[in-house]
Amino acid sequence: MDVLMFGWEFPPHILGGLGTASYGLTRGLAKQPDMNITFCLPKPWGDEDQSFMKIVGMNTVPVVYKDADAGYIKQRHPWMDPQDYYDFRNHIYADFRYMNTDDLGCIGFSGRYPDNLQEEINNYSIVAGVVARTRKFDIIHSHDWLTYPAGIHAKQVSGKPLVIHVHATDFDRSRGNVNPVVYAIEKNGMDYADHIMCVSELTRQTVINKYHQDPRKVSTMHNAVEPLPQEIADIVPQKKPDEKVVTFLGRITMQKGPEYFVEAAALVLRRTRNIRFCMAGSGDMMNAMIRLAAERGIADRFHFPGFMKGRQVYECLKASDVYIMPSVSEPFGISPLEAMQCEVPTIISKQSGCAEILDKCIKTDYWDINAMADAIYSICTNPSLYEYLKVEGKKEVDAITWDKVGERILNRYKQVLGW
Amino acid sequence: MKTICLYFEIHQIVHLKRYRFFDIGTDHYYYDDYANETSISNIANNSYIPALTTLLDMVNESAGQFKVAFSISGVGLEQLEQYAPAVVELLKKLADTGCCEFLAEPYSHGLASLSENAAENFRDETMRMCDKIQELFGQRPKVFRNSSLIYDDEIGAKVADMGFKGVLTEGAKHIMGWKSPHYLYHCCLNPDLKILLRDYKLSDDISLRFSDTSWESYPLMADTYMDWIATLPEQDQIVNIFMELCALGIYQPLDSHILDFLKALPSCAKQRGVTFSTPSEIIDSHESVAPLEVPYPMSWVDEERDISCWQGNVMQREAFDKLYSVCDLIRVTPDRHVKQDWDYLQASNNFRFMTTKNNSVGMNRGIYESPYDAFTNYMNILGDFMNRVHRSLPAGMDIEELNAFQTTIQNQDKKIQALEKQIQRMKASATPKAPKAPKEAKPKKAAAKKESK
Repeated sequence: MDVLMFGWEFPPHILGGLGTASYGLTRGLAKQPDMNITFCLPKPWGDEDQSFMKIVGMNTVPVVYKDADAGYIKQRHPWMDPQDYYDFRNHIYADFRYMNTDDLGCIGFSGRYPDNLQEEINNYSIVAGVVARTRKFDIIHSHDWLTYPAGIHAKQVSGKPLVIHVHATDFDRSRGNVNPVVYAIEKNGMDYADHIMCVSELTRQTVINKYHQDPRKVSTMHNAVEPLPQEIADIVPQKKPDEKVVTFLGRITMQKGPEYFVEAAALVLRRTRNIRFCMAGSGDMMNAMIRLAAERGIADRFHFPGFMKGRQVYECLKASDVYIMPSVSEPFGISPLEAMQCEVPTIISKQSGCAEILDKCIKTDYWDINAMADAIYSICTNPSLYEYLKVEGKKEVDAITWDKVGERILNRYKQVLGW
Repeated sequence: MKTICLYFEIHQIVHLKRYRFFDIGTDHYYYDDYANETSISNIANNSYIPALTTLLDMVNESAGQFKVAFSISGVGLEQLEQYAPAVVELLKKLADTGCCEFLAEPYSHGLASLSENAAENFRDETMRMCDKIQELFGQRPKVFRNSSLIYDDEIGAKVADMGFKGVLTEGAKHIMGWKSPHYLYHCCLNPDLKILLRDYKLSDDISLRFSDTSWESYPLMADTYMDWIATLPEQDQIVNIFMELCALGIYQPLDSHILDFLKALPSCAKQRGVTFSTPSEIIDSHESVAPLEVPYPMSWVDEERDISCWQGNVMQREAFDKLYSVCDLIRVTPDRHVKQDWDYLQASNNFRFMTTKNNSVGMNRGIYESPYDAFTNYMNILGDFMNRVHRSLPAGMDIEELNAFQTTIQNQDKKIQALEKQIQRMKASATPKAPKAPKEAKPKKAAAKKESK
């Protein structure tokens, strides 16, 4: 089966959870028999893992006919086969000379989330038309709203079914105050899609109720995690014997519910002093949270180490005794799974998608600071609960693999295709 | 002639309330009165009262042919006295008919029998239960059943030491092997203690499957059921049908006609020459066929029929160990409230809420959302309770002092035993021509020794 995928981010150059999820999912799918995947990215850096699928850089696909010899193409885009360039060039379908293109007739992309995101999305869709005319494929798979227009375009060109993958909706990002432009793009994508995959039942319900989709074409496809690489697994936890550390890791924004964590910490510290709290990450609510911690009089025990990435994240996790994610609305939320991989007992809000597949962790309502405080205190004071969640949590999360997700996606494809 | 031993358990726990860790030290009341009252009145109205009324009618109509046995946990009895006295009145009426036997069980419905250092507590609370039964129903229990029919050889020995002549337990397949539960057995450590084993197939047919429409034998009629019993092999004399009383009305709703089924049993039995007996009657009229070895504890709970639903995970074991770590202190504390809380906290249900096993039947965790929630709540309460236990001890008494006293007492026992042996030896050597007299004296002294313990 040949699959044409549209994505926006891909490791190692990621800005959020979307890239990680796209990577794992594609890898799991590629393990299925007879599977060829073409993955379109706005701007690949060349160091992406191409062992299991083929990456097409949208910034290397010409939309305007230019004469170029193979040597020059090789020099400009070392990881690209010049023959691909010529194939694409033969399928330019309209006159795009009015557009701002480079010397190879390609449109430039930032590959991030710039201010002119609308324009990039539009350009991405234009280029997708060329790719869809050139490549042979059986099914189209679009990741997140940025690539929905491209998916629709490819569907219209090829007549092949479109599957869209909802990693988040604007209702999650904005706590309900949706951006009408984004909503329109999302809704349009869903209307055109032959099948909609959501990362959790929670998201599925949003798609059904807020985007008015037929429940029969909306399915749940939970995310998974990649096993920890050896060098991460080998990190020795730095733990103090007489102090416990409770960690929050993520963007400090409204969606993640950081204020509930501060309030719960204040409750815990009213009774005990040997627990420290750590809120790692950055975001628009960070200053407000520092102020709130000071107001509650717990600033001496509440720390803000700032944004972390790569190895730092795992060092921080491994030094923790409790991981907490009090998200108000989380489509899936992959970080608790990573914490459980590091053998850290985890508390998550019931409003997170990952709560649907995790059992060996404590779940509370995001607003229930009493329950949250109680759970923190209990893990820190009862060794048996700590031990149980640590051991069983690791076991549980190790069984959640992308290979299984890949198999489920393949079955869903077959169903959509009527094979 | 075959005989049926029908026995019902009556037990309801005192529901714990949501207790946060910041309540530790400030709030010493752990119970949810509203939940207690509503659940008890619900169970009394939908199960206990109709079921007991039916059983009373059956006894009265059958002119002494139909017999039944009950055990009531002290905790459950307290609640019935408080919220549903009508149930206690019905039980008294049943007791007056003389066709109803009351069995003993631990007052708290707890797991003290499984704890090594709570042997004395196990004994104390069982005796307390016997006293209460005697006070209310005018008969002293002679047969014991442990909480959830937990039994192993050591428990058997302890129970025999308390003077009981029989014990009820589960006829678990992994213990029984090829043996049949339709005989009387005895404890392998003390042949004086007889064992009655539950026939789980016939019991669960009523308590678990009666109203299950997907069950192949649905709908079950009383004559079919009695045919199953009557057509058992000739040598199978005893059929023990044990269940919770709330199986009649709660697990099997009243509109499934479970009570009509029950009511038809005596006449169907009579037609087939099957009688009803109480556990004591069976023990008195039957001979034990063999000793039963039970090295590991078994119970009537879950598919495994073991104690894994209370002690299966580390959290349950920690809670259990913490709870019973103060059992010696409880015995010396003068604080009545602490003793009362001790009863309520011991109830095995509190541990069952913490189970992480997958259960095919599904599990009602009450107010708890998850095993972790149940554990956290219980440990918070236990934290407060243990502080209170320590504070309630008589002034000047600390734990080390207490331990010293206990060693003294234990040493005294050993010394007395040694001295008694010496006396016996001396007596034996003093009267070598009349060997009968010391032989008679021996058991008496042994009995006296036990009492003095």
